Amino acid sequence: MKIGTPKEIFEGERRVAMTPDSAAQLQKLGHDCLIQSGAGEGAGFDDAAYKSAGVEVVKDAKALYEAADVVAKVRPPSEAEVQMLREGQTLISFFNPAGNKDLMEAAAERGATVIAMDMVPRISRAQKMDALSSMANIAGYRAVIEAGNNFGRFFTGQITAAGKVPPAKVLVVGAGVAGLAAIGTSTSLGAITYAFDVRPEVAEQVESMGAEFVYLDFEEEQQDGSASGGYASVSSPEFREAQLAKFRELAPDMDIVITTALIPNREAPELWTEDMVKAMKPGSVIVDLAAEKGGNCKLTKADEKIVTDNGVTIIGYTDFPSRMAAQASTLYATNIRHMMTDLTPEKDGEIDHDMEDDVIRGATIAHAKEVTFPPPPPKVAAIAAAPKKEPAKELTAEEKAAKELAAFKQQTKNQVTLLAVGGALLLAVGLVAPASFIQHFIVFVLSVFVGFQVIWGVAHSLHTPLMAVTNAISSIIILGALMQIGSGSWLVMILAAASVFMAGINIFGGFMVTRRMLAMFQKS
Amino acid sequence: MEFGFTTAAYVVAAVLFIFSLGGLSGQESAKRAVWYGIVGMALAVIATLIGPGAGLWLLSLILIAAGAVIGMQLAQRVQMTQMPELVAAMHSLVGLAAVFVGINAHIEIGRVAEAFATAGLPFPQETYGSLIGPAKDVAAEFRGFAAIVAKKTAVEINILRVELVLGVWIGAVTFTGSIIAYGKLAGRVKSTAEKLPGGHWLNIAAAAISAICLIWYLASGGFLPLLLLTLAALFIGYHLIMGIGGADMPVVVSMLNSYSGWAAAAIGFSLGNDLLIVVGALVGSSGAILSYIMCKAMNRSFISVILGGFGGPAGEQMQVEGEQVAIEADGVATALNEADSVIIVPGYGMAVAQAQGAVSDLVKKLRAKGKNVRFAIHPVAGRLPGHMNVLLAEAKVPYDIVMEMDEINDDFPDTDVVIVIGSNDIVNPAAQDDPNSPIAGMPVLEVWKSKQVFVSKRGQGTGYSGIENPLFFKDNTRMFYGDAKQSLDKLIPLID
Repeated sequence: MKIGTPKEIFEGERRVAMTPDSAAQLQKLGHDCLIQSGAGEGAGFDDAAYKSAGVEVVKDAKALYEAADVVAKVRPPSEAEVQMLREGQTLISFFNPAGNKDLMEAAAERGATVIAMDMVPRISRAQKMDALSSMANIAGYRAVIEAGNNFGRFFTGQITAAGKVPPAKVLVVGAGVAGLAAIGTSTSLGAITYAFDVRPEVAEQVESMGAEFVYLDFEEEQQDGSASGGYASVSSPEFREAQLAKFRELAPDMDIVITTALIPNREAPELWTEDMVKAMKPGSVIVDLAAEKGGNCKLTKADEKIVTDNGVTIIGYTDFPSRMAAQASTLYATNIRHMMTDLTPEKDGEIDHDMEDDVIRGATIAHAKEVTFPPPPPKVAAIAAAPKKEPAKELTAEEKAAKELAAFKQQTKNQVTLLAVGGALLLAVGLVAPASFIQHFIVFVLSVFVGFQVIWGVAHSLHTPLMAVTNAISSIIILGALMQIGSGSWLVMILAAASVFMAGINIFGGFMVTRRMLAMFQKS
Repeated sequence: MEFGFTTAAYVVAAVLFIFSLGGLSGQESAKRAVWYGIVGMALAVIATLIGPGAGLWLLSLILIAAGAVIGMQLAQRVQMTQMPELVAAMHSLVGLAAVFVGINAHIEIGRVAEAFATAGLPFPQETYGSLIGPAKDVAAEFRGFAAIVAKKTAVEINILRVELVLGVWIGAVTFTGSIIAYGKLAGRVKSTAEKLPGGHWLNIAAAAISAICLIWYLASGGFLPLLLLTLAALFIGYHLIMGIGGADMPVVVSMLNSYSGWAAAAIGFSLGNDLLIVVGALVGSSGAILSYIMCKAMNRSFISVILGGFGGPAGEQMQVEGEQVAIEADGVATALNEADSVIIVPGYGMAVAQAQGAVSDLVKKLRAKGKNVRFAIHPVAGRLPGHMNVLLAEAKVPYDIVMEMDEINDDFPDTDVVIVIGSNDIVNPAAQDDPNSPIAGMPVLEVWKSKQVFVSKRGQGTGYSGIENPLFFKDNTRMFYGDAKQSLDKLIPLID
């Protein structure tokens, strides 16, 4: 199969869906690679680099669409691009199928198969082709860099001969992939970083990146992100109020705010209101990664950087990944390459579009002249749902007393039964056995009891020494041999002598080894 | 017990033995406890030599001294990693001694009966203890144990026979069982669970033969049934332990320990020696408890372990997805250098590779950098209960950073790095996740909850139980292949 990558026609887009490296990997799967001349320029890959990687350079987009069986690109296709698709051709790109219904239907009508990289399900197996995550990672990193670029101070606190510099305080709202990347970048630059997310289970991840999780004082069933495939969902009005109140409290202290809160297929929620912007210090920076979906801050203007009246810079760029085109292209091309690996299971250059496969099915939005969006839920849950913990019921005093009484009665019953049975057996034995036997038997039973009682208390770490000691002690059998050795019969004497000898080995060996072991235990 | 002094000495010895076992509840008191045991044993032997021990005390002393030389040599030469083998081997000696003593008792009964017969007197006597006239003269010829036998009545002789049969039978099972356990632990016998064709039926048949022989022996008093019974018991000991897999050896060793105690107690009954009974019962019950504690730790029924190891899988086991990712020493070193808290989970692999010294060096280095380093010990790690504790103690790892499973299991989520050294089943998440796993329900160390897990392992094979371990396929697990000691030796210089 021929895999072709056209030049992105979206204005300002500098990423490219194929790099010389990924092309080399694709060829190993048995595919041929094509690229439109100049497609990689924005990301720093020239035609010569592709050529030397064995990629055929095609003059224009039309020729490329005609030659390629699979078209891999970054941005969702334009109408004109969709018109160039033909039956049986496969398009792999971001698509935003929920917002691009017409285009999706048009593509399906033309008989093309469309794989939307933004629809790859979030299951472990599909992580290697999760382009949203790799782009979000870049966006998060870049957001901090852009913020730093527009922030007039150090991130890290310093005490210098020329005065003391306080560390910058950064708040990251939304701890998804982008949020976590932003947290990591910000903490490694030395800023004091706070983070918030509506999903309380990410607190641990946030703390693992070195930021402080902002907890709300809110008593409600908090949402469990695992129910929605790891994404946030809409929160209740009360929760939202509590959240905004917390932000209002934080706003005057924060130097940099990075908002990344997105809910799939919805307008971005407004989290950073106008009054919070007003409360911030002049020189502060807000980076709104949700600008494309309307922004978490209503003042945000998409693709623009504005400065408010009180001197707060609001950055609403929507092309952070494109601003790091080389890195973004490398990661995206690798995601595409992994997708192709799954599509070519035999590595023979033949595509097997397996609609039974969770990942391929999930990402495919048009196939065999039909729109196949939305996909059925994947068979494998993305994240195991945390089992709901049933809070232990507070028992009232009476219930407790009743329970204790019942337990006590049960225990008494068990003990009495045990004693009765044991006693009866003993009495039965006593009826037939001679007195001399019973004397010994009493000693025996008592010793068993003592043994049970004594051993329960032995420390676990001392079980091996215990065994060595009991082993040594069990050579008490030597007494029996000693009592017999003086008997007149030579056979008895020999056997008894052998027993004495063996028991002797055991006594000394056992005790010595125990002493050796115990001598090694020491406190730190 | 003609001598009050002997009885008194026995009482003191019994008390000392109880103190000795009880003292093992703490590391410090244990050092004292061993001395109690030694003094108790010395007292018991001396009291027997000068009391009911009938003559030949010089020979006895010489034999004990010879045994002492060999025993001390063994104890000093043995590597701490070979402890399980040594303990198992020594159990077999006790078992064999019990068999001999039991057979001796049988011979003595025969001799006494013969002497009475030649004197034309009835044996056994009708009343106990009070021999009259000529019987007294005949009995006076016997010393030691035989003298006691001569005074017994018919019922007592029968009880005596049951007791000695029990002693011989348990002793014989202990003897062959311990030899097989020793072989398996030392690697001389294949460690997998093996059964002769017929399986449990062979054991049941052998047990039935034993029962028939007992009845036959009681009726006839001849030597042949006793011999057959001994052979059957020897077979049971062999076959029973052959059928138990290597992973269950800790339970087996402690079980055999218990058996050797019961054998001593049974012999004590037949010889009418209270100290033997007391100590035998102590050892027997302590071994039984220990086995029980261990079975509970593995969530296995005691019965099923004794009757032949792991049950088969109950259904389709979960497929393991993903791949094992290998890592080199420098990667592990980087992670360790960055970590604040480290937990080390040692297993039998550490013992095999003799890596405890290297582990100790690593821990010292990490602790010197102020990191929180601890050990997590699973109750059945190694081949003997507490095996790992002994090895770590040998390598001078302080015991207060060596934690039990229950103490440390909740701390894994807050731990940066976990190093698993040569353990497998005890860190297998399938025990919790997969109801069809053969080890389902066994408590395990939840290492996978930590941020990063390194597994030091010889190769990709499965562990002793032959179960696939999903831990090795987890995203936060890296496999550090190679012999544990060599791997650690490579790692240690990289820690700065």
